[in-house]
Amino acid sequence: MEILDYAFMQRALLAAVLVGITAPAVGIYLVQRRQALMGDGIGHVAMTGVGLGFLLSWSPVWMATLVSVLGAVFMELVRWYARTRGDIALAMLFYGGMAGGVMFINLAPGGSTTNLSSFLFGSLSTVSESDVTAICLLAAFVILVTVGLRRQLFAVSQDEEFARVTGLPVRFLNLLTAITAAVTVSVAMRVVGLLLVSALMVVPVAAAQQLTRSFAATFAIAVAIGVAVTIGGTVTSYYQDVPPGATIVLLTIGAFIVLTALAAPLARRRARAVAAAHPGGDPAECAIPASRTAGHEAGA
Amino acid sequence: MTTEPVISLRGVRAELGSRPVLRGIDLTVRRGEVVALLGANGSGKSTAVRSIIGQVPVTAGEIDLFGTPQRRFRDWARVGYVPQRTTAAGGVPATVTEVVSSGRLARTRFGLFRRTDREAVRNALDLVGMADRAKDSVDALSGGQHQRVLIARALAAAPELLIMDEPMAGVDLASQEILAETLRHQVVEGATVLLVLHELGPLEPLIDRAVVLRDGCVVHDGPPPKAVGQHALPGHDHVHPHAPAGAEPIRTGLLS
Repeated sequence: MEILDYAFMQRALLAAVLVGITAPAVGIYLVQRRQALMGDGIGHVAMTGVGLGFLLSWSPVWMATLVSVLGAVFMELVRWYARTRGDIALAMLFYGGMAGGVMFINLAPGGSTTNLSSFLFGSLSTVSESDVTAICLLAAFVILVTVGLRRQLFAVSQDEEFARVTGLPVRFLNLLTAITAAVTVSVAMRVVGLLLVSALMVVPVAAAQQLTRSFAATFAIAVAIGVAVTIGGTVTSYYQDVPPGATIVLLTIGAFIVLTALAAPLARRRARAVAAAHPGGDPAECAIPASRTAGHEAGA
Repeated sequence: MTTEPVISLRGVRAELGSRPVLRGIDLTVRRGEVVALLGANGSGKSTAVRSIIGQVPVTAGEIDLFGTPQRRFRDWARVGYVPQRTTAAGGVPATVTEVVSSGRLARTRFGLFRRTDREAVRNALDLVGMADRAKDSVDALSGGQHQRVLIARALAAAPELLIMDEPMAGVDLASQEILAETLRHQVVEGATVLLVLHELGPLEPLIDRAVVLRDGCVVHDGPPPKAVGQHALPGHDHVHPHAPAGAEPIRTGLLS
């Protein structure tokens, strides 16, 4: 494997695997609570962090983490307090975040929007040594939260009111979900880019649930799809010289289409198995009473 | 049986928006009692129940749970809550076992499940007759089966107090009987029960006391009202869409 001879490709592949694990691991909770587009919003806010990183000559990954965590906390606060005007506040946050990013990067010495494009759409060759350290630490946090607190996060995302009555710290868990999603965006921006990160949070989950009946299986298969497409996309991008973010996202959507096509016959087989296991259940078709058919035959 | 109050409401008022929904409610449920909260749509029965579990802010009055002011009450594992069944499910598939396990979290430390926790979940599923569907997706269940899963979720923590909001709404006859049987079992074991009902139905023999609400006030607190005439027929659905607004309610006892 000559691809592994290059240090930059080793770093890129490591980052890709971590993104493949973390993005669906957070995304599944966002999909479960029907906030599938939250990752997209955080991605917009993170642009201000990248711009600030350039302006202040700090690491863009850590700056993006800081700003997107603040943005995610703000979004969660809006969800608590603003009921009807919440979407307006979020719209201003998203577009303000994007505009701030473009503005700061142009103010930075020697900066221009071309610097931004590697963050918007991902760029493997620019993943630096320090980026990899940041990505590893942030990914460890995301995996710890999404796996370690899976029962609590599942309960809160499934039925928030019931979770509160169970005595779970619902506000804390909601904030933690938002912060974890923000951290994931920062992990993923180097590989898939800020504008495409949300796809990797949502589409593997949507693809996995074509096949599954349980949350645990959906989680496992979504992460497996995530890792497969990020490795596949990174390798393709190296050999074919195409942008990695776009390749990964198109592969993910391809996986969704293939699994959806496979799912229909699987569902039919499963329905037959259920019918066989519950013979006492309702028949699938209306039965004509035997006496009536007999009468008709007698009449004919 | 002691007479220690498990739930105690004194002069409770609550508003939704700026509209008063509860206008000074007194309600006491003692240990081992089965109390039905009755009333028409909009009479405030769901709001009353949701104020007890702290999901509706109270503007005046006091609520005690197990003798502790509700604001300081932390022992939520003693309370099993069955919400009104909603058609909205999570956006990701989940099995019956996974949903019921959420109800056990109150009894675990940091959400770590031990063998006893897994057994409690299985027992709760047995109680509602859903053990054979444990690995099925909740999306594949009928309304009645889904309601039984929500009750199993509340029972998984082995609560002393069960609070149920319209457990019989939209539930088929077979599931209604299983639910009545489950509830009878809980009452025999010593559980205290507060349920919101639209009508007494198959639960009637279990109910010690009925509290009837109208326009956010308690208008009856005593033995369950007896259904009379046609209303006593099994399967009678107690709806009077033809009743003119503001008319004197028909005195069948249920005031629906």
